[in-house]
Amino acid sequence: MRAIEREAVQRELDVRRGRPMYLHLETNAGAYARLRDGKATPVGAYVRNGLVSYERGLITGSGPYRVGLKLELGWVYAEGLTDWEVDGLGRLLLAGHDADGGLGVALELSERPFPS
Amino acid sequence: MSLPSGLPPERHVLVVLPHPDDETLAFGGVIALYARRGVPVTYLCGTLGEAGRNMGRPVFATRESLPTIRERELREACAVLGISDLRLLGLRDKTLEFEDPEALADIVHAALLELEPTRVLTYYPGYAVHPDHEAMADAVVRAVRRLPSEARPVVACVAFGREEDLRELGDPDVVVDVSEVLDVTMAAVRAHASQTQASLARTETRMAEDEEFRAQVERDRRQRKLWLYRVGDEVVQ
Repeated sequence: MRAIEREAVQRELDVRRGRPMYLHLETNAGAYARLRDGKATPVGAYVRNGLVSYERGLITGSGPYRVGLKLELGWVYAEGLTDWEVDGLGRLLLAGHDADGGLGVALELSERPFPS
Repeated sequence: MSLPSGLPPERHVLVVLPHPDDETLAFGGVIALYARRGVPVTYLCGTLGEAGRNMGRPVFATRESLPTIRERELREACAVLGISDLRLLGLRDKTLEFEDPEALADIVHAALLELEPTRVLTYYPGYAVHPDHEAMADAVVRAVRRLPSEARPVVACVAFGREEDLRELGDPDVVVDVSEVLDVTMAAVRAHASQTQASLARTETRMAEDEEFRAQVERDRRQRKLWLYRVGDEVVQ
């Protein structure tokens, strides 16, 4: 992955607009959060292969970035995004990494279901 | 055949853990010692660690490429440690506690019947921190309980957690001296590059600055504390 270039990511969101897309969305504080800090609670949420179609999709902020997808009946939202790529299967991968390379958030869109 | 490092001889050792790198980070030196003494080691690895947070430092993995990368790292680490029989169970990281526990136990039970191991290595039930660790440990306990008591292998565990929690367990039953395989173990740790680069770098930085910490890490790397889990009826939940 490489550091997000906002205009390039916006173009990738635009070409996927209005088309059924499989969504991977996660936040991840890590199962060991409490070991590192006794007061921290491991928090995380994970959706793999939600099927969505968005009428508006925007990337905002000046880094880390936010992405919002406006669906017919709701929203998809992620913040803290730092890196991106379109992989060899044409999937748009967005992730937010901390200074140690730990992934704390990911938002991904694919035409085909993600392996589960 | 005896092992001079605090380990009795075994005919076959079965390792049951959920994530690539658990075998190395929890049991690396112990496994390497068994392998060096010619004890066959089979490893049932539950998942490919698909949901891991660590992506390398600098980042070289993505959420989608991580499973392939971790499988490669796992195969290398197993070769380094001397694990002769690696079996990937194909389950998904972070989902094990939501599977049918008896179905997980079936997998372990089949391996117990096939291999008749004299010792099983897993995390200590209730002291494993990660829900996947607990689920695999629970599967081991359920599977071992299905065997008649005279056919049960010893269940030897690494306990994991905060120091104050581990105190409840009392002293370890065995402290294994893994000094003679320290280089092998560290090579296996480095093989899991996506998962260990960041923590190794942090540890090395602190070791360079803090003599007391360095001494502690070097002591810890030379020994492995094991607790034996009694799979008797008295602990049925």
